[in-house]
Amino acid sequence: MSTNGDATTRVVPVRHVKQWIGVAVAMVVLAMIIHTLLSKVGTGTYHCHLVSGIRRCVPLHTWRFSWNIVGQYLTTSEIFHGLLVTIELTVIAMVVGISLGMTIAIMRMSPNRVLSASAWSYTWFFRGTPVLVQLLFWANIAILYPKLTIGIPFLPVTFIHLSVNSIFVPFFAAIVALGLNEAAYMSEIARAGLLAVDEGQVEAASSLGMTRGQTLRNVVIPQAMRVIIPPTGNEVISMLKTSSLASIVSVTELAGAASNIYSSNYEIMPLLIVISIWYLIITTILSIGQYYLERYFAKGALRTPPPTPIQRMRTDVRGIASKFRTPRPAREGAR
Amino acid sequence: MTSVPMVSASGVCKSYAGIEVLRGVDLTVNRGEVTCLIGPSGSGKSTFLRCINHLEKHDAGELRVDGDLVGYEARNGKLYELNDKRICQKRSEIGMVFQRFNLFQHLTVLENLTIGQIKVRGQSTDRAKAKARELLDRVGLDNKEKHYPSQLSGGQQQRVAIARALAMEPKLMLFDEPTSALDPELVGEVLDVMKDLAQSGMTMVVVTHEMGFAREVADTVYFLDGGVIEESGNPREVLSAPSSERLKSFLSKVL
Repeated sequence: MSTNGDATTRVVPVRHVKQWIGVAVAMVVLAMIIHTLLSKVGTGTYHCHLVSGIRRCVPLHTWRFSWNIVGQYLTTSEIFHGLLVTIELTVIAMVVGISLGMTIAIMRMSPNRVLSASAWSYTWFFRGTPVLVQLLFWANIAILYPKLTIGIPFLPVTFIHLSVNSIFVPFFAAIVALGLNEAAYMSEIARAGLLAVDEGQVEAASSLGMTRGQTLRNVVIPQAMRVIIPPTGNEVISMLKTSSLASIVSVTELAGAASNIYSSNYEIMPLLIVISIWYLIITTILSIGQYYLERYFAKGALRTPPPTPIQRMRTDVRGIASKFRTPRPAREGAR
Repeated sequence: MTSVPMVSASGVCKSYAGIEVLRGVDLTVNRGEVTCLIGPSGSGKSTFLRCINHLEKHDAGELRVDGDLVGYEARNGKLYELNDKRICQKRSEIGMVFQRFNLFQHLTVLENLTIGQIKVRGQSTDRAKAKARELLDRVGLDNKEKHYPSQLSGGQQQRVAIARALAMEPKLMLFDEPTSALDPELVGEVLDVMKDLAQSGMTMVVVTHEMGFAREVADTVYFLDGGVIEESGNPREVLSAPSSERLKSFLSKVL
């Protein structure tokens, strides 16, 4: 009956010629990349020695990408210290950005027009100006306000006087600038998440007698997280790299540390490679974290949650192992 | 106190953006009775139901639950709007079941039943769980407590939703077309739970298209059309021998 299940009929699979051409091109490009990464170039110097009274000179070669220098600087204390500052900047700025962004998103969705308009204006301003300008602005805020006074607005009552320069040290200025800027973007991400939660969920929570705040905390935000997390992961990774801008207001984070080193030894390329490696390592770790966070907040949304990569690997290993373990007397007997 | 009806409405009006949805609804629900609201879509049945627990705010008329005004307090000859906290407290005494179930998707069945008890009533987790398990047993889903709503059938989800509302020990239960989103073969299991609930003496207001349920279980049936009560009375009489032309034509379409 069947035409392709018959053992005597040969089945000719479709040939994907274009795919094969694509694969070939990709392989060649990959080979070129590996070749150039591992290639060596002449240094222009010679190593000379005497062989039975005759002076012989051999040209010296070194890695094109100066891997030896990269290796030398990859784990120096200056780079490590810079890495630590980068992580601190990223974490604190993101905490500020996420919490403020969430607040602004909730304000934006408030039925109160003053609150929603304020939230809109905030986003308009901080998203509409370059983060570099904001960074320079906060670092130089003392020009506008040399003294910070805490008191009652518009009344001659003051409690505390502070020097702005002592507060807005470069690190603090960077956190304020990056955090406030991030809040504008995060508020839009959070708003998208809150809007994605079905109105019926809010009604059900209200009908149980939950207040607006309880509904938000227990019902809306946990479900909004599913939508909020992927773009937030993107923002964290973006912030990790944007934080390198802080080096221009003399915060010695990763890029700043590298620049300090290469300004004295002129090894620009190797140090750029060093910090790129570190940025890649942190990004990789963050991506893995994001995967598991997404999985956690997806609970209930999918009927059967997909296996984690580790679980998938385990089942694969088990599958392969079982093939070796189970004896197959039928086939061996047939032989 | 037993003489005070559970729900009493007189002249309740509501309009959205100039469109009058309710145009003076008068209705009384006595304690322990099952009241069914029937009528064509857009007649204002659901809106009226949602006014009872203040999910919608009525514009005019008097609406009382258990003798108290909904959303207001009368003092010194004035009506004071209730603050959010008081409204929430009143809502927590009224259970509501929705057409689309509206179970909390991120919580397990058990958590759906405990969250209100814990967050609103301040109940301890252990007691909330015990109560939840008892109710799940009552709706025949005691083996599903660890499931998420998306893993259940529509009928099972609606039974969980009923149990979730019951977990708050309400004095009144509102049902907003509880079987309309269900596959025909799943309607029965939900109606059985509701019949059982009616027999236990719960006061229920049910917006429904299930005429069989209305005939069998309801003490009173109200037929809404165009935002007013067209006809009301004992279901056997009203549904078998309707007096108004509108109800006659409505019944000829749904039966």
